[in-house]
Amino acid sequence: MTTSSITIGKLGTSKRLHIFINRCKNGDWLAHRITSLFAYTLLLLTALLVIELYRHSGPSIRSFGWSFFITRTWDPIAGQFGALPFIYGTLITSAIALLVAIPLGVGAAVFLAELAPREISDTLTFVIELLAAVPSVIYGLVGIFVLVPGMRDTVQPALKAVLGFLPLFRGPNYGVGLLSAGIVLAIMVLPFIISLSREALLAVPREQREGALAIGATRWEATWQVVMPGARLGIMGSILLALARALGETMAVTMVIGNNPKISASLLAPGYSIAAVIANEFTEATADLHLSALVELGLVLFLLTAIINGLGQLLIFATSGRGTKQE
Amino acid sequence: MSARRSWRKLVNAVMFFITGLCAAAAVFILLFILGYLVYFGGRSLNWSFLTELPKPVGESGGGMANAIVGTGKLLLLAALIGVPIGLLGGIYTAEFSGRIAAWLVRYTADLLSGVPSIVIGIFAYTLVVIPMRHFSILAGGIALGIMVIPATIRSTDQFLRSVPSTLREGALALGVSYWRAVATVVLPAALRGVITGSILALARVAGETAPLLFTAFSNRYWSPGWSQPTASLPVMIYTYAISPYDDWRRQAWAAALILLLLMLAINITVRYLLSSGKRMHS
Amino acid sequence: MATAASTDIMPETTFHHAWDNSRITLEPKIEVSDLNFYYGANLVLQDINLSVPGNQVTALIGPSGCGKTTFLRTLNRMYETMRNTRVTGKILLDGEDVFSIDVTQLRRRVGMVFQKPNPFPKSVFENVAYGLRINSRLRGGVLADAVERSLRRAVLWEEVKDKLHESAYSLSGGQQQRLCIARALAVNPEVLLLDEPCSALDPIATAKIEDLLFLLKSQCTIVIVTHNMQQAARVADYTGFFLLGKLVEFDRTETIFKKPSRKETEDYITGRFG
Repeated sequence: MTTSSITIGKLGTSKRLHIFINRCKNGDWLAHRITSLFAYTLLLLTALLVIELYRHSGPSIRSFGWSFFITRTWDPIAGQFGALPFIYGTLITSAIALLVAIPLGVGAAVFLAELAPREISDTLTFVIELLAAVPSVIYGLVGIFVLVPGMRDTVQPALKAVLGFLPLFRGPNYGVGLLSAGIVLAIMVLPFIISLSREALLAVPREQREGALAIGATRWEATWQVVMPGARLGIMGSILLALARALGETMAVTMVIGNNPKISASLLAPGYSIAAVIANEFTEATADLHLSALVELGLVLFLLTAIINGLGQLLIFATSGRGTKQE
Repeated sequence: MSARRSWRKLVNAVMFFITGLCAAAAVFILLFILGYLVYFGGRSLNWSFLTELPKPVGESGGGMANAIVGTGKLLLLAALIGVPIGLLGGIYTAEFSGRIAAWLVRYTADLLSGVPSIVIGIFAYTLVVIPMRHFSILAGGIALGIMVIPATIRSTDQFLRSVPSTLREGALALGVSYWRAVATVVLPAALRGVITGSILALARVAGETAPLLFTAFSNRYWSPGWSQPTASLPVMIYTYAISPYDDWRRQAWAAALILLLLMLAINITVRYLLSSGKRMHS
Repeated sequence: MATAASTDIMPETTFHHAWDNSRITLEPKIEVSDLNFYYGANLVLQDINLSVPGNQVTALIGPSGCGKTTFLRTLNRMYETMRNTRVTGKILLDGEDVFSIDVTQLRRRVGMVFQKPNPFPKSVFENVAYGLRINSRLRGGVLADAVERSLRRAVLWEEVKDKLHESAYSLSGGQQQRLCIARALAVNPEVLLLDEPCSALDPIATAKIEDLLFLLKSQCTIVIVTHNMQQAARVADYTGFFLLGKLVEFDRTETIFKKPSRKETEDYITGRFG
């Protein structure tokens, strides 16, 4: 130990310094290289994902081209694959989900961020964020055995009785269908809307809130007229993120949507979603074209959610200046 | 003036009530689901459920022991794949990379985390199942591992960046090289958050069904090793739930109860640890 | 605190006598010539020429934002942790060019204590032992002795000897700062840089640290940036007055305070601005 340092000492200062420089530089350089390797694995995987999706949809893309998106027939036996029923089902169920979840979610977020006392708000937020931890298949389970009978026996007959004149609520009532799937999706995206909207509301600077209160506004007036407009972008961002989630949701949807690739005007009718058909038919697809069509559906889903997620995150970033925490 | 004022107070009270109702509805839903599971699942939960293999159709009884073990193995694989990449990748973006590289990695992580889990399943299928020509635990573990990476990178990145720069400088001022400062001061300071972030990511994939449907598939028996298809809790719940057999459906409830309790336990513990950690530091 | 023991602790720095009681000399420990510091396009320090005498306390005073801290951070190249910075000019430590020494080696020889105490989230013992664990092969009882020595030099041993393994955050602000001083001293620096070390502390804690500086200077060279003129007058042998990025005057403390040769210095001392 001491001898080597004396020998090195005898070498003269500059040589000794060079040895030290190399050693230390190597440590930092090595750490940089190693960690970057792992980080770039992520990039590699993502690129590979896109490439593989594109590659395996090749046969389907070549066979059907753009008409894939407007064809209504999905007939594996005849080799005819059209995505329209699934796009329809996905969009309708997501629309229902947002229609239900947005008022409920933003309302709850307003309560938690602005109106409720601190301790209640913190506890309730904690509990609501736990909702996001419930696996999709459990929502589906409760959906099948609780929601579907409820819809079949109570809600949907009522809707038919009252609103049956609308094409939206006509036709046979099985319980499973677009409406049920929409409701389950609404429940699933609710915690996200609540959580993200709440953060958007809290991000509005305190001075603005206090300014309104100081001129005698009630809490609600301050919230509605000052805070919410300020949080507008963040709330829209949360809605977009919720939409992206709803589009990609698989298990709960396939358990209550009825899995019927038909387009019908009625919300009570069974339908199908992109994710659901992939889940159901992937393992049974024997023909290459069938599998390829399913992968192409997956590619569509990927692009759709990527764009909407990207927009949503942009909006959220614009308000809070941070990234989102994806659950 | 006072009529207007009392109208405004009324509106204030009504909105308070309505929004409170919304929040209550959300809480109610969670309690409802929990209650239902406890009621229906609790009845079918017994020791044999936890330790036996599924019985053939028609025979009552049997359990999901293989599904429980299967989920365990899948999570182990997901952790082995996802956590190192996430951890070291997060260290890269927080400590070593340039600004553009950091942005790129963070953007890609956000992108990947938004991909629907079924699409990840397709990816794992093309990556592992096609070359291997059969379903396997490996494929399922890789699918779940891919899902763990983005969340782990983000949380590691966030917690490392939240370590105050004065701590970093204190170490550097002692003549410690940068990577050692990161390894011996910055990372330990952020460790609590980093670990909880990884655990949360793993907990989230534990409940995923879609990516397993055509990677790990399913199995009515034990699956030794890593190259055979395996039963897993979420897939079993799904299969049994949509089946026409009452006995199977009851078992689905029981399995769902186990899964939900597990998820809630992990989430509550982790969030509690995180918030108490925030209170402890400085 | 005998010299012989100290040279055993740091094998890599055997030939640097960290301190030597017999060598209280006024040879410049650090020589700065024509130093310019750029932050982006802004010239923050302009043409600084300064010789820091060895084994003395040198104080740097001046109004806030005039570059004192920036200057301090060039001496141990800590500014390199920030992007967009550029330095021209020369800094010599014992005649060696600071920019050609390996930076981690430089920082072992030139230690730093920061404005706000920044102990690591470890125990009191581990904070002081940190530098030793990384830079030397000391372990066990020898390490514990070295830690005790550092804590004694920082006049903190008596207060913490029974809580060595408690978290550093359990100490008071003044104790934490002395812990940071002990941590810096543990690696036997030849120079100790202190950046307004008492600004976050109460008067009693400040007094303790000022007394400690007096004891330390025989063992190392001290450069202290301070906002507080009275502190400079109390502790420093030499004082430099910085104004708007320039070193206006540098002389013995008595001269600066009683007979400054520049008007700006006199104005600052008498409180006409600042």
